[in-house]
Amino acid sequence: MQFWIIQSLNSLSLGGLLFLLASGFSLIFGLMRLANLTHGAFFMLGAYFGAVALRTFDGLNFWVVAIGSGLLVAALGGLFERLVLRRLNTNPLGQVLVTLGMSFIIADACLIIWGGDPIPVPTPAYFQSPTRVFGFTFPTYRLVVVACALAVAIGLYLLLERTRIGAMIRAGVDDRQMARAVGIPVSRLFTAVFCLGAGIAGAGGVLGGPVLSAYPGLDADMLPLALIVVILGGVGSLLGAFVGSFIIGFIYTFGSALIPDLAYIILFLPMIAVIAFRPRGLFGRLNT
Amino acid sequence: MTTPEYALEVSNLCKSFGGLAVTQNVTLKIRPGERRLIIGPNGAGKTTLFNQITGDLMPSSGKVQLFGKDITRLRPDQRAHFGLSRTYQIITLFAQDTLEHNVALGLMGLRSARWHTIRPMSFYKDIAHESRRILGLVGLENRASLPVSDIAYGEKRRVELTMALAQKPRLLLLDEPLAGLSSSERTTVKSLIASIPRETAVVMIEHDMDTALDLAETVTLLNYGKVIVDGERDAVIADEKTREVYLGS
Amino acid sequence: MKKQALVILVALLIALPLFAGDFYINLSTQVLIAVVFACSLNLLVGYGGMTSLGHASYMGLASYIVAILTTRYGMGHGATAIISIVGTTASAALFGLIALRATGLSFLMITLAISQVLWGLAYRMTSVTNGDNGITGITRPMPFGVSLESASSFYWFTLIVTAASFAAMATFVLSTFGSSLRGVRDQPRRMAALGYNPWMIRWITFIYSGFWAGVAGLLYVYYHKYIHPTSLSTTNSAEGLLGVIAGGSGTLGGPVVGAALVSLLKNYASGYIERWNMLLGIVFLLIVLLMPTGIVPGIRKLVGRIRGGQK
Repeated sequence: MQFWIIQSLNSLSLGGLLFLLASGFSLIFGLMRLANLTHGAFFMLGAYFGAVALRTFDGLNFWVVAIGSGLLVAALGGLFERLVLRRLNTNPLGQVLVTLGMSFIIADACLIIWGGDPIPVPTPAYFQSPTRVFGFTFPTYRLVVVACALAVAIGLYLLLERTRIGAMIRAGVDDRQMARAVGIPVSRLFTAVFCLGAGIAGAGGVLGGPVLSAYPGLDADMLPLALIVVILGGVGSLLGAFVGSFIIGFIYTFGSALIPDLAYIILFLPMIAVIAFRPRGLFGRLNT
Repeated sequence: MTTPEYALEVSNLCKSFGGLAVTQNVTLKIRPGERRLIIGPNGAGKTTLFNQITGDLMPSSGKVQLFGKDITRLRPDQRAHFGLSRTYQIITLFAQDTLEHNVALGLMGLRSARWHTIRPMSFYKDIAHESRRILGLVGLENRASLPVSDIAYGEKRRVELTMALAQKPRLLLLDEPLAGLSSSERTTVKSLIASIPRETAVVMIEHDMDTALDLAETVTLLNYGKVIVDGERDAVIADEKTREVYLGS
Repeated sequence: MKKQALVILVALLIALPLFAGDFYINLSTQVLIAVVFACSLNLLVGYGGMTSLGHASYMGLASYIVAILTTRYGMGHGATAIISIVGTTASAALFGLIALRATGLSFLMITLAISQVLWGLAYRMTSVTNGDNGITGITRPMPFGVSLESASSFYWFTLIVTAASFAAMATFVLSTFGSSLRGVRDQPRRMAALGYNPWMIRWITFIYSGFWAGVAGLLYVYYHKYIHPTSLSTTNSAEGLLGVIAGGSGTLGGPVVGAALVSLLKNYASGYIERWNMLLGIVFLLIVLLMPTGIVPGIRKLVGRIRGGQK
């Protein structure tokens, strides 16, 4: 029984981390029609920033570090968007290739700067002791990750549905040219959304630190999962990213635990099923 | 086998996007060789109707029949093999290719040779010959080796029209063939349309009613996705409802 | 390219082992293998307009099938080569069915996801693939009893296969089907209206492209006598894509030039720089930002301008 509980919690926390990654990716794709292949690298970069900061400076508040890393990654993402991506507005394929190239650069830079060994991230002190409910023990931090993902999900939902910026983003997702025609500052919106997505990914990297640590190849491990989440859940759909993240979180965690050899095939199957029967994803509305 | 009564029969065609109904219970009957003009204000759903006839869009309900055959579920390329051809509002020719290649592609579309993976298109001399002949019919054979991007807009329209006619379709849909043309170009294209053989039924969407009405035998007026008036040209023009739609109420 | 230049190039290629040392012969073999791979990818990307980031899957799959069947099951080279190619082509057919439910960026994402799944499988299914250790001890075939152990004999073998594959792919591209493919790339809706079946044309191209990638995979595994999951990685797919784009997609010569350059750069750079990935990334950025249409069209334009100036 304990096994199922632990694995379920692991699934939930993985799902939460995937949501932090996939939500940004989905938003960026939805609004900018850009498959941002740098997204995994943003997550990893955030993880490294957080890991290094926490190791070097004693007594730093975990949440401050998480948000700080997120902001740093967001800033880098913004620079990348303005200096490079914007020049390639007429070349969508070029944009994708450039994000791929950037992911290689970031990944190798991390390797050069911080070496090949994984850097563990300590669990924040007050979450270190396990929670005991009904005679079962839960690693507390995993619950915290899920709670954070939920908080971000609610925050994003409120942003998209209740604010003017959110309305502009939604308009841009639905019809970019129309949005421009009614005076929505589309390019500034692009930069803002890109920064937002990158920032959430970066903060997510720190949040995932105690679970995954920061290691070379983290980006290559996370990005395909996020891709499958977005394919499953539907591009441009926050709900799709949310539901998809947890579905994949469960499939991947239980798959790895029960049939490690074939965990990747298990992932494959829902993706194929969705593509075969509902190519737009479970909740997607876009025609790409 | 009896010849079907209608070249095109659209029955109770409906299409909605979410809550918005763009085609509402449209019924059209086009006889072989007929010349029909479809008019209506912007947003009336004319091109959407065309797209459902060609198969680029699937209707929510209703039936489309081509010479008695139910084509509602067929892909656009399958419909082309049954004799359906169309032109587009926006020119979609192959800009980097020569005029001759454009027309040749059009001719090749119905031939099984289009699947051959060894011989190049130039091997099929009869196609090259036929392309030049067809371009000659519209006075463009001396520009046959130019890329489409090098010729004038009016000439592109002519190429597009001849490409659609090259396949000798039984039903031809023209989506605003006169759009963006100068008055002399318009006259040329108009006489081209007028000279389309009777084997081909022609359904045309056009905004320039002064020019287009001469070409039409029957007219259908569409508004908000619904057929408002339908019948002989003069009757439709004289109809009260037509004036209402165009002069506003 | 002018006929004379081509003849000289071919003559040089054939004569290479006569005046170059083993190091350069082996380097050239690797370049040729990269060329076959890039040409196969160009069928999809350049002529088909379908950008795939998972093409290394087919190369790696072919390599792994040969590796597993020969080392684990002791099967002969003739049979394993056939099974490998058939298996790879069948996989391309299957994955094509999945990926072609989408176009554009979604297609790209699906190809990437599929390729990552295969890569993950290669790492995880250690009982079959030996995981991170890779599979060693693969031998080279002996076609008609001729040994391919020496650098020059394997080079000539690769040269023959490369020439044959290039000729086959060039014929394909220049054929009527190739014209249909380019038409579908440029105006799929119009092609459908003219009677062409865009999905079928794309699927056939996808399969054919996977076939030749499989051939490249065979050459690859015979050359290295070793296979590792990184051969299925996105980096490998990206290198191929860079070769196609840098050289000029949609031209016959482009991927040849591009793949040669990327391959040479990789070999040269790895002697001096440890981090090839970063260099690859930077080159990607530079090429896309500065020379988006690629080298071969760039040179053509330059030559055209020079010629135009002379008139």
